[in-house]
Amino acid sequence: MRNPVYTAIAIGVGLVVLIGYFLQFGLLINLRIALLEWATILVAVALLIGVINLSIVHWRKSTTDQPNRIYSIALISALGITLAVAGSFGPTHPYSLWIFNNIQIPIEGSLMAILAVVLIYAGIRLLRRKPDLLSIVFIATAVVILLMTGPLFGIDIPGLAELRIWIGKVPAVAGARGILLGVSLGIVAAGLRILMGADRPYGGD
Amino acid sequence: MNSLDLLGLAFVLGFFGLMIASTFVLRRRKERMLREIPAFTRLQRAIGLAVEAGSRLHISLGRGRLISTQSAIGYVGLSILDRIARSTSISDRPPIATSGEGTLGILSQDTQRGAAKYLGVEFDPMRGQVTGLSPYSYAAGTQSLIQEEDVGANLLIGSFGTEVALITEAAERSESMTLGGTDNITGQAVMFATAQEPLIGEETYAGGAYLGVGPMHIASLYAQDILRWVLIGLILIGAILKLLGVV
Repeated sequence: MRNPVYTAIAIGVGLVVLIGYFLQFGLLINLRIALLEWATILVAVALLIGVINLSIVHWRKSTTDQPNRIYSIALISALGITLAVAGSFGPTHPYSLWIFNNIQIPIEGSLMAILAVVLIYAGIRLLRRKPDLLSIVFIATAVVILLMTGPLFGIDIPGLAELRIWIGKVPAVAGARGILLGVSLGIVAAGLRILMGADRPYGGD
Repeated sequence: MNSLDLLGLAFVLGFFGLMIASTFVLRRRKERMLREIPAFTRLQRAIGLAVEAGSRLHISLGRGRLISTQSAIGYVGLSILDRIARSTSISDRPPIATSGEGTLGILSQDTQRGAAKYLGVEFDPMRGQVTGLSPYSYAAGTQSLIQEEDVGANLLIGSFGTEVALITEAAERSESMTLGGTDNITGQAVMFATAQEPLIGEETYAGGAYLGVGPMHIASLYAQDILRWVLIGLILIGAILKLLGVV
């Protein structure tokens, strides 16, 4: 049995925010803004808890005999150094920015580069795993868009540029809008289930 | 209150009314009419395997912030996590949840704690992990977890961007099944190419109905279907009127 107090708070706050979005009464607007500000503060606190959770997980890994513990030690050390530097000098100090520009950005950039290779490989694997019409259309569209996005050694294939524009303007936009309509209906349904207390992903007792 | 606000309020109230009406209709009907989605059939098989063969299930909840529109997909992921945790927490290898956002991390632990308490089993907080707080660090952290925990099936339900390809690639390498759905259009395209069982559009939000989370999940699916047809009708009428030069 879930705690009814949590459910009452969730439904009450949800209703005030939702009604305040549609009905523009002074008191309701102020209440809605105040509740959203509280939520923003709580999310910021949760970010801190997320960092603590990450540290605990890797502290446990680094202190037990695990095959990849070296990575956990690296993470704990990097976190400690970054916290010490940004905490002492401030987040916009050149020392803090040096860490950001010379360590974080190159690492994330290399992961992005790996992603490009992974996606090419996934495209090939898709045709092997699901060799149906939908997969062929998916790959063919990706190839046409890629061909016309970068320079093709000065070669101009007649009709390809027009095809790319047509794909971008008609089927891609139509498909995306169709998917987004479905997603939007799903979002409203999920929100209403929470407001009705049918879904209670909180207060797990 | 302008006409757009009024229309929005009418839409929400109409949706609410349809959900309530669908609940009453469902109570009278014994048969549940749901079209088959292969991804959920495979997921149910994976849940069965987790209990019988002791294979680990991994639920990735993405990085959706809970004070944005991404929160809905996060809540759907948490509902599915709750259902899976209640079904598999008694197994030798209970499920493990990862997220890339602090609040989702807390809620994933809370959900699993609730399920463990319900089943009367011990809860290990390490079953709800925040693996990274930026898109790529989250993907990198989840990659290593999939390999270390010897996961049998991965369920990726949450807000993901292109970085999800790194997670599905790790799953592919560890020869585990991947099933995924997201609210992000780019993420959906990437999942279509990389996940074994991708969920497109509203299919992701239907997870609760297919896994038997509660009757309201099926009722909301019925309401979504009705409203989808209404929207299709309105779009067609609008297109015809435009074609005729009326609007």
